Amino acid sequence: MNGAHDLGGMDGLGPINPEPETQEPVFHADWERKVLALTLASGALGRWSIDAARHARENRHPIDYLSSRYYELWLKALEKQLVENGLITSEELHTGRAERRVTPEDGVRVPDRAAIAAGLARGKSYKLDTPLEPRFKAGQQVRVRNVHPKGHTRAPRYARGRIGTVREDYGVYIFADKSAQGVEEGQHLYSVAFAAPELWGPQGAAADQVMIDLWDDHLEAV
Amino acid sequence: MSHDHDHSHGHDDHTHPPSETELRVKALESLLVEKGLVDPGALDEIVQTYEHRVGPRNGAQVVAKAWSDPGFRLRLLEDAGEATATLGFTGRQGEHITAVENTPEVHNLVVCTLCSCYPWPLLGLPPAWYKSAPYRARAVRDPRGVLREFGTELPEEVEIRVWDSTAEMRYLVVPERPAGTEDWSEDELAKLVTRNSMIGVETALTPAQLRAREES
Repeated sequence: MNGAHDLGGMDGLGPINPEPETQEPVFHADWERKVLALTLASGALGRWSIDAARHARENRHPIDYLSSRYYELWLKALEKQLVENGLITSEELHTGRAERRVTPEDGVRVPDRAAIAAGLARGKSYKLDTPLEPRFKAGQQVRVRNVHPKGHTRAPRYARGRIGTVREDYGVYIFADKSAQGVEEGQHLYSVAFAAPELWGPQGAAADQVMIDLWDDHLEAV
Repeated sequence: MSHDHDHSHGHDDHTHPPSETELRVKALESLLVEKGLVDPGALDEIVQTYEHRVGPRNGAQVVAKAWSDPGFRLRLLEDAGEATATLGFTGRQGEHITAVENTPEVHNLVVCTLCSCYPWPLLGLPPAWYKSAPYRARAVRDPRGVLREFGTELPEEVEIRVWDSTAEMRYLVVPERPAGTEDWSEDELAKLVTRNSMIGVETALTPAQLRAREES
């Protein structure tokens, strides 16, 4: 979707104002800790992919997206995903009171402390063994397709229609755009290099490059 | 750094939240615990992991080893996932890693313009500025301006490569080893490797900068 999350190149957002590294805490308030923990623990129930979670965060009115704090976006997305996936009812969310506890018949496996620790340490491989022929090869020129899907996409707007050079074929990875819709499909993932002037015109320094990771479906031959 | 650190502006993460958000989070937490959908011990484990156990000291150890051990450096640049796993740094949001090395000719900078992708097992959770709209907007378009805001001036002829983390590949910048550290041990070298230098917004500390930091 052409949402407010797709920020590359946007003007008017002011300075970055970084906190000094030695002084910045991991969390700035206790509720941020809780939102991170609730999001990861709920995600570990396995009802949605990381891409669906990203889409739930970005799929908001631009004013809401840009005026929400980072973990507020996570909270709003989590509430929505819990309801949409039938883990809680909107009534429960509204009242804050559980109508009933989950039972084994609900088919929900809730990871305990040890299972969560193991999951965090292991992660999840997004690389697949599917034997697929790559559509493009290193050194080849490619154009990012000029398409504007309504759903989740990892092809940023600032690169669409632009020509780059495939730097490396990373192999077959779960295609994020489909994964956000609940479909696990493998496609070749490439690191594509774009010359800064191709993206930004004369404002881009001739020698500078931006590297973007893009899947087969994002690209077309030039 | 040339600017002051006024965090009273309202557009990012580190101002005090409205109590409404705090209450909403508390309510959701009690609801999920009461329903049996989350285990309080698991919630605590997540917070403990990212607040106390996983952080940029991991990445610093990787970089210091790459500076000291030419074989490890080659393995890191060839297959960073494999190389960092040998040091025990694996896990969520670090399943696929590429290391990119700064040289006198090339400077690397990492961003995620679409959200906040970041190599958690090596650097921990991202700082607020990395997730902020201005950084995500400007890093790809005005990298030199962004670097200047962090106090980093690069010679005009240095080529900048910005890595937009749009997939599940995570990027680690290997900063240049500072001069005057030839006889330093890995543990000493690691102290020069800041989080920001592994994102690429700053260079590694010089020995003099480290001394000044330790004395302050």
